[in-house]
Amino acid sequence: MTGDEKHEWAAASTIDVLWVLYDKVLNVTPATADDPDRDRFLLSKGHGPMAYYAVLAEKGFIDESILDDWTSWDSPLGQHPDRVLVRGAEISSGSLGHGLPIAVGTAIGQRIAGSRGRTFVLVGDGELDEGSNHEAIAVAARLKVANLTAIVIDNESAMYGWPGGIARRFAVEGWQTAEIDGRDHEAVFTALTAPHDRPYAVVAKIEKSY
Amino acid sequence: MTTMRQAFVETVNDEIAADPRIAVVTAVISSNEFPQENERVVDVGIREQTMVGVASGLALAGLRPVVHSYAPFLVERPYEQIKLDIGHQDVGAVFVSIGASYDDPAWGRTHQSPGDVALFDTLPGWTVHVPGHPDEVTPLLQQALKDDNRVYLRLSLHANTQAYPVGEGFTTVRHGKRGVVLAVGPMLDRVLKAVDSENADVTVLYAATVRPFDANGLRKAVQNTDHADVMVVEPYLEGTSSHLVSETLQQIPHRIRSTGVKRHAELRNYGTAEDHDAAHDLDVVGLGSAVRSFFRG
Repeated sequence: MTGDEKHEWAAASTIDVLWVLYDKVLNVTPATADDPDRDRFLLSKGHGPMAYYAVLAEKGFIDESILDDWTSWDSPLGQHPDRVLVRGAEISSGSLGHGLPIAVGTAIGQRIAGSRGRTFVLVGDGELDEGSNHEAIAVAARLKVANLTAIVIDNESAMYGWPGGIARRFAVEGWQTAEIDGRDHEAVFTALTAPHDRPYAVVAKIEKSY
Repeated sequence: MTTMRQAFVETVNDEIAADPRIAVVTAVISSNEFPQENERVVDVGIREQTMVGVASGLALAGLRPVVHSYAPFLVERPYEQIKLDIGHQDVGAVFVSIGASYDDPAWGRTHQSPGDVALFDTLPGWTVHVPGHPDEVTPLLQQALKDDNRVYLRLSLHANTQAYPVGEGFTTVRHGKRGVVLAVGPMLDRVLKAVDSENADVTVLYAATVRPFDANGLRKAVQNTDHADVMVVEPYLEGTSSHLVSETLQQIPHRIRSTGVKRHAELRNYGTAEDHDAAHDLDVVGLGSAVRSFFRG
């Protein structure tokens, strides 16, 4: 695949989870985007943000009219999202392996503040190659960061795969885990609203479509 | 004498008890110096990239994180996290290092970080403090903890014999007419000895804060001399501040001599910090030689 094709595939892989998150799970709206008690969604896998922008537009965080002009000189929408430019984007991302550690800190910060807000972070199976993720997976469990949910979009992008499955990598560190079909909206909703008293990883499988 | 590290720990522990915004993030090093029962003290294990990412998240959640480790593990290993998770997210944090360029060279190159200030210099918006005395650490740190900006505080085992006021730009320690020597942090004492040993009639400025660079202070000092000759003595990579001296004096012909940890080769020797100072001509003898050759005539 070319770079553009990879970004399109990344966007196509995340669109269902993103939609269910913003439509039914996250406690955040354009009006509450700065509320300290909001749920926070961190798109760690910043590649292919077209799906993210589309969902943000549909939910009113950004104006739909700016979508067509994306990546232009004057557009706030680039190939990787910038939290300073995009209303509703919690982090700037694009370099892999940053979102999960940031999410651990964000969730701890919410806990310190006594906030009822939760932190959700989306990573890719290829992104898990970055060692920083595994540091964060371990420390989140040790620190019992129960208000953290990591969603792994498993579209088989990892160069060498994950023998034994991705969920096992989280489970062995003490995370609660679930494995679902990432295209099944009902399954996504059920998984993302399941109770958990420790950090929680939801592996959303996306079958290759090419 | 209290060390800079002790002054740092005592200040943070005083402030964390008083200010609910302050958090500390460590990667094992020094972690037991901070109150473990405080939920705002977070040790992530030996995970430096995560340390910075966690600090970013804490800042995003409204806290004022103090991030601390040995210099190469604080600055070099998680450099991209500093660039993106702190700078690009446009959040603030206070980074505090120990180890300096080669405080303990017996540990070898892995524990040396002469390029740390140069790395921060590639990133916009960072304030960089290089105190030369433990008594300078507390006021610099107290101010940093009150602010919301991005601050790097570089601590060292090496110190001058006396502290100077901090936070008001460069301090004029001595007046002369032949040129200006700018001494950064712990370099001041040996610069003064070198200048004395050469009977050099130069102005000596002292800097505990190098970013922002006190361009006005340097310009005024140069205007009061007969020659626009500036020697910069920094305890880290040579030439780190040369571009700012050039910018400051761009309207007048001038000469610069940059002195610091040499760039030309990796020094693989162990030994003591004094051995390394001598190898880099950062001891009194080497600095005296530089003063003599640069301010000749």
